[in-house]
Amino acid sequence: MFLLPAIIYVLALFVYPIAYNILLSVRQSSVIGLLQNTASFVGITNYRVAVTNPTLPGVIAHTAIFMAGSLVLQFGIGFLLALFFTQRFPLSGLLRSLILIPWLLPGVVTGLILRLMFDPNSGMINQVLSDVGLIHSPIEWLTNTHLALPVVVLANIWIGIPFNMLLLHGGLQDIPKELYEAARVDGAGRLRTFRSITVPVMRPVIAVVLVLGFIYTLKAFDVVIILTGGGPINATQLLSTWTYTLSFTNLDFGQGAAVGTLMMLISLVCALGYVRSYRGELRR
Amino acid sequence: MSAQRSRRRSSTISGVNLLGGLVIVAIMLLPIYWAVVTSLKTLQQSYAIPSTLLPPTPTFAAYSEVLRTQGGALLTSLIIAVGSTVLSLLIAVPAAHALANFRFRVTGLVTLVLLVTQTIPGIVLGISFFKIFADIHLLNSYPGLIIADSTYCVPFDILVIRAFMISLPHELLEAAYVDGATLLGSLVRIVLPLSRPAILAAALFSFLFSWGDFLFALTLNTSGNVIPISLSIYQYLGQYTSQWPDLMAAAIFAAIPSAILLVLVQRGIRGGIATAGLKG
Repeated sequence: MFLLPAIIYVLALFVYPIAYNILLSVRQSSVIGLLQNTASFVGITNYRVAVTNPTLPGVIAHTAIFMAGSLVLQFGIGFLLALFFTQRFPLSGLLRSLILIPWLLPGVVTGLILRLMFDPNSGMINQVLSDVGLIHSPIEWLTNTHLALPVVVLANIWIGIPFNMLLLHGGLQDIPKELYEAARVDGAGRLRTFRSITVPVMRPVIAVVLVLGFIYTLKAFDVVIILTGGGPINATQLLSTWTYTLSFTNLDFGQGAAVGTLMMLISLVCALGYVRSYRGELRR
Repeated sequence: MSAQRSRRRSSTISGVNLLGGLVIVAIMLLPIYWAVVTSLKTLQQSYAIPSTLLPPTPTFAAYSEVLRTQGGALLTSLIIAVGSTVLSLLIAVPAAHALANFRFRVTGLVTLVLLVTQTIPGIVLGISFFKIFADIHLLNSYPGLIIADSTYCVPFDILVIRAFMISLPHELLEAAYVDGATLLGSLVRIVLPLSRPAILAAALFSFLFSWGDFLFALTLNTSGNVIPISLSIYQYLGQYTSQWPDLMAAAIFAAIPSAILLVLVQRGIRGGIATAGLKG
């Protein structure tokens, strides 16, 4: 009885829309047909069009770079910060929660703040570079096809670090102190202790952090739309923003739904990993 | 002698650590510092070279301008976030109770499905909601955005509240049944009060998720009737790309709920979740 509302909710707002999305992806894609419910069944045409779309290879490459760059660096830096904050020193708790701010802010706000940072004229980066005489004319960070993607990756890393640090720090706190003492008695050095104790004990937490990071990075949308809108000339177009652009800018809902379905498949594969690592985490 | 030296050494180490921590925080928060400084500048000052690391003549003009132009959007966001938080809790609390305290054959499956829903890309839901809501006239409406935003919250709320409820002593509930409490009565009078910390935490995060929503605000809006602050800022950015003082003042208003949440987190709301229920 108590579960019923939730079950109906999940069916109506998750299962049905996903089925609907798949249905959209196999129907003719003009928006008028969709609004009048006259769109005809076209099989896998939308998928074929999407796969042969000349924009797709770029989108896949950008998504891969975006995800790999974000995951490696936000995890690496997050881990270093987590290790740093396991040390006891005054104000460490306060400083640690201040680092969470970029993660707690709404996506639009983070996007806007970083867009200002990289603004050619009002941005801190260009202003400081020109103050110290390193540049003489403003660098167009976000409208340069070579620079835009690295900047977008950097922005996403900035958002991801706090989340990685938070979870990893929690995991590090749970490691029994006796293990470290035993290692010291056995004469293990810092690196050896890290490799033989910290990493193995942390493995389940690391798995959860990486899988969640993968899912969030694949979903990333707000920040990219605010920073570049997928431009310039699709240079920062990711699977998520491309799905949006296809559907709501080009009004090609069929193709948008097809790309969306492909995206969902990727995250479903990852979801299985998520569930497995979540269970492992629970069992501990 | 040696103890004294080692104490001095350890205080040097913690001094170095404090310095390192300050540097890390300074680097991480540099963009936010620049946002605040810019919001206090005039438009001319915001792009002046050489740059000024502090506002030369601090002014709150941008804030009053933003309150005038974005006040309505802030109110819209508030309505949607409160609505979505309430709706999510109404669905999540009974479900969490059922999943935590009763054993059904479907319990494992439901939990699994809830975990999987969190991996669905929002844009996929956005496309389907657009079409479904168009059919039932929920585009450009408060109920439409409240329902769409609640999809961020319901699975999260159920999982968080359930995890807390499982940790509550089961004997209380059994005693209530022995005393003749009904199913609903025991939920309202025993489980709810004990689970207050978890419900409060779920509510806060639900509010933050819905307040910050941009994707559904963007996709489920065609006429401009219901514009929350996130979408309003985006449209403002499209129109006045270089009005940075105003844009930053708007961003800071939009960040108020995050700031409040941070203060609560700092006050140990997470520690509260772990202990308050057992004490109370």
